[in-house]
Amino acid sequence: MGELHISVAPEKIAHIGGFAVTNSLLTSLIVMAILLIFALKVRNQKAKPGKKKGSLFVVTEMIVEGFYSFFKNIAGERVDELFPLLFTFFLFIIVGNWIGLLPGVGSIGFYDQGEHGKVFVPFFRGPNADLNTTLALALISVSITQYLSIKTLGIKNYIARFINLKNPIKFFVGILEIISEFAKILSFSFRLFGNIFAGEVLLAVMVFLIPVLVPVPFLALEVFVGFIQALVFTMLTTIFIVVATEGHHE
Amino acid sequence: MELKDLAVALAIGLGTIGPGIGVGLIGKGAMEAIGRNPEAGNQITTTLILSIAFAEAIAIYALVIALIIKFV
Repeated sequence: MGELHISVAPEKIAHIGGFAVTNSLLTSLIVMAILLIFALKVRNQKAKPGKKKGSLFVVTEMIVEGFYSFFKNIAGERVDELFPLLFTFFLFIIVGNWIGLLPGVGSIGFYDQGEHGKVFVPFFRGPNADLNTTLALALISVSITQYLSIKTLGIKNYIARFINLKNPIKFFVGILEIISEFAKILSFSFRLFGNIFAGEVLLAVMVFLIPVLVPVPFLALEVFVGFIQALVFTMLTTIFIVVATEGHHE
Repeated sequence: MELKDLAVALAIGLGTIGPGIGVGLIGKGAMEAIGRNPEAGNQITTTLILSIAFAEAIAIYALVIALIIKFV
């Protein structure tokens, strides 16, 4: 039996020019392809004159409508504007989380010459088990929040939230607001990364210790965690956008 | 085993005690609130997840420190 090997950083599988292609990048491209193909397939099943909707279309419609009303509870009237972004976040994260649980992801690969002898390099790795992906998602989420905040409140009110010289308390509150914006990036990216990476490590350790039957409940747990983390990321983005675009009450 | 490994384990282990208690208390509060007023369930869930995320953020700081000790 080999030794248990866990790597926090994604492994490089190829180089295109000076650009290193990591296995998590490859998997996130696959996730995008899956979503794109699924979307095109569902669109083909739209009701045409003299033809009923396909069953896939009906199921998808049901799921999307469920989420639409769920986000409507949080975002209220703004939901139409925000829904495409939020649901894209949700779909990308959940498919990324679940694809990491498939057999073959993390176990099919090749041996590469590393610093300390031979190193196993898997071809695939869950996109969210890589800090780069989650950091990118966090940056998109936080930037969109800032952009929408400036757009709805105006640049003057936006800056007034962070730099306020009217009285000392508001000045310090402003400093805290600035820190909290950066903490958001950190907590968004590390929450998703930590949960998914910890899940993969947990599964790897369980399979390593007792390979038969015992990992199954943990696998079910990870399916659940993947769903919850996708939901939490999306919901927090929604709530932060709603909070940042609300006019503050003096 | 190196002393560094022990530091990593202690950092994440001790760092998750507080958030663990916090998340439990938040869940308890939300359960009681939903039990008292089931119609407000949706609104409570929203606040519940937001509060849990903030409590969890502290555990994430511990995770960051643990990763820094481990790899830097």
